[in-house]
Amino acid sequence: MKTLSLIFCTLVMATISMPAGTNCRVIQQNKANLIEETCEQTPHRDLCIQYLSSDPRSTDADVTGLALIMVKVIKTKANKALDKIHQLLQESPEPGQKEALSSCADRYKAILEADVAVAIAALQKGNPKFAEDGANDAAIEATSCENSFSGKSPLTNENNAMHDVAATTGAIVRQLL
Amino acid sequence: MFVGPLYHMGWYHLFYQYNPDSAVWGNITWGHAVSRDMIHWLYLPIAMVPSKWYDINGVWTGSATLLPDGKILMLYTGDTNDFVQVQNLAYPTNLSDPLLLDWVKYVGNPIIVPPPGTHQKNFRDPTTGWIGLDGKWRVAIGSKKGKTGLSLVYKTIDFINFELNDHCLHAVPGTGMWECVDFYPVSINGSKGLDTSVNGPYVKHVLKASMDDTRVDSYALGTYFAENDTWVPDNPLEDVGIGLLLDYGRYYASKTFYDQEKERRILWGWVNETDTESDDLRKGWASLQTIPRTVLFDDKTGTSLLLWPIEEVESLRLSSDEFEGVVVKPGSVVPLNITLATQLDIFAEFEIESLASKNIGKNNIIDCGKIGARDRSAFGPFGLLAIADDSLSEQTPIYFRLSDTTLGNTTTFFCVDERRSSKASDVAKPIYGGKVPILSGEKLSMRVLVDHSIIESFAQGGRTVITSRVYPTEAIYGAARLFLFNNATDINIKISLKIWQLNSAFIRPFPFDQSQ
Repeated sequence: MKTLSLIFCTLVMATISMPAGTNCRVIQQNKANLIEETCEQTPHRDLCIQYLSSDPRSTDADVTGLALIMVKVIKTKANKALDKIHQLLQESPEPGQKEALSSCADRYKAILEADVAVAIAALQKGNPKFAEDGANDAAIEATSCENSFSGKSPLTNENNAMHDVAATTGAIVRQLL
Repeated sequence: MFVGPLYHMGWYHLFYQYNPDSAVWGNITWGHAVSRDMIHWLYLPIAMVPSKWYDINGVWTGSATLLPDGKILMLYTGDTNDFVQVQNLAYPTNLSDPLLLDWVKYVGNPIIVPPPGTHQKNFRDPTTGWIGLDGKWRVAIGSKKGKTGLSLVYKTIDFINFELNDHCLHAVPGTGMWECVDFYPVSINGSKGLDTSVNGPYVKHVLKASMDDTRVDSYALGTYFAENDTWVPDNPLEDVGIGLLLDYGRYYASKTFYDQEKERRILWGWVNETDTESDDLRKGWASLQTIPRTVLFDDKTGTSLLLWPIEEVESLRLSSDEFEGVVVKPGSVVPLNITLATQLDIFAEFEIESLASKNIGKNNIIDCGKIGARDRSAFGPFGLLAIADDSLSEQTPIYFRLSDTTLGNTTTFFCVDERRSSKASDVAKPIYGGKVPILSGEKLSMRVLVDHSIIESFAQGGRTVITSRVYPTEAIYGAARLFLFNNATDINIKISLKIWQLNSAFIRPFPFDQSQ
């Protein structure tokens, strides 16, 4: 099939300089289709497509590669959340808030040290179920962080984002099993 | 997960997947421990680490084969520098070392690489070898094609040169990747374990695999055709991956070995954590092994195995309490007055008394129940409440639910309900369970081993087993309690139990400085 399109592509280019692009675009569209197909089986389809499409590596990636891209997103978001937590801790919060923030710091550290690290190793080594466990754990850590605030949580956006990204990652990894 | 369990010169050896750097999966090496009795373990130095291109990304699972001349050969999966799963050979440097401290990797590794048609990431966990009709050894390796889980078979004479059989040992569509394949004979006269190479008319073969997709250990009984190295299940409806489980709880990557010393087949199981990674990092450890279990064919049902804690666990028993004929009425809970309730060995027998009163019970629930032990039906649930506190704010019900009061006619479920096992909101709290056949004339019984955060429950002599992890916040140490309960509506239960306090096993590093 691919060979056929390439020949046609070349032929068209040789004769008319116009919609040769259409046939070559078919090949690219297959990659975009992989992102769509993969994201279709995740709980937050649009979010999934957004994150994957915005990473240049997604054009050449297989499903494992797409999963690794999402794990990178978890890592970035966890680092950002930790930065914010440290900032908030420096602003001398009252005791209840401080305890919750410290607990959240532990949880986000665990996301980085355990979940992200294990997920990357597992995906590379071909034992994806550990990556699924890591993604599921990241979602739980984020939810637990959110629940640790008795009053209003200053990290709602971060925790919700982490939960959704983690759930998306887990759903992509499941497709590898 | 475990690698190559074996018995050598008076010591049982356990090798396990170990990350020396963190309480998470990664940097996988072979931890090593030895024991005289498979209960009191002593840690030895790490046996093998990733050191060559063919295992630099992980020294994974494998199995030991003991040759008739006494040689020990270990086949294991290595993850290469290119993330390809290959099989390697290793052996002890010094066979006269009872501790088997040093291991050497064969210079010609890898000895098997993924064959054509098998993906490089779906090829792992070689089994213990068995001798076929032609005198050659066979080894099985799990894999998959599409969504069909299967076991490949290789033949060898020297464990260096291997040839792949045309047919696989067995395959089951829709079951996904088969990890930790295990293949061994059991005697249908059910009294002793058998060496892996035994075959004959009084033997059935067990094929087991760990299901990567669903994280359960599935098995089936069947017949091994040595003429062409294929295996067929006794009941295709309960084939590998779609039928019986070795354990209906949190249990995975198990494997057996033949204990030639006591002529038993012993099953090891891996039980990982169901709390969060942040908890695991804080406590600095993760993952347990169950008390090893003996494996026997259940000649009464003819369709299942019997798995039972090894008798050596009884050496941990301290004092005991006995309770005879305690009546528990519908909807009631009875406390048991024992000293501590965190390290226990419990054996309980249950008698059913039908009530003459109006039948108010629904009998439309026959399984564990959507809300577990809170789901009341006419003839269940009833059993024990383990790792509970005085106010029952935390409790783990272990129970039977019958469909009929005539034991020969009932469909019975054996369950563990973790929904109220802990007040913590970030731990998993599932309901586990499976059917357990009860034959007429039998007594209803369960055995339960409790050890703080792990509960191993055995129904009807080990026909159905459930391992569970619990993380109580109140029901800990001196505050933990044990209760009897009956939440059925139409029956009284009369329970007789014997409860032993269990000592610690004092697992520690091998005392090299002392004489042993």
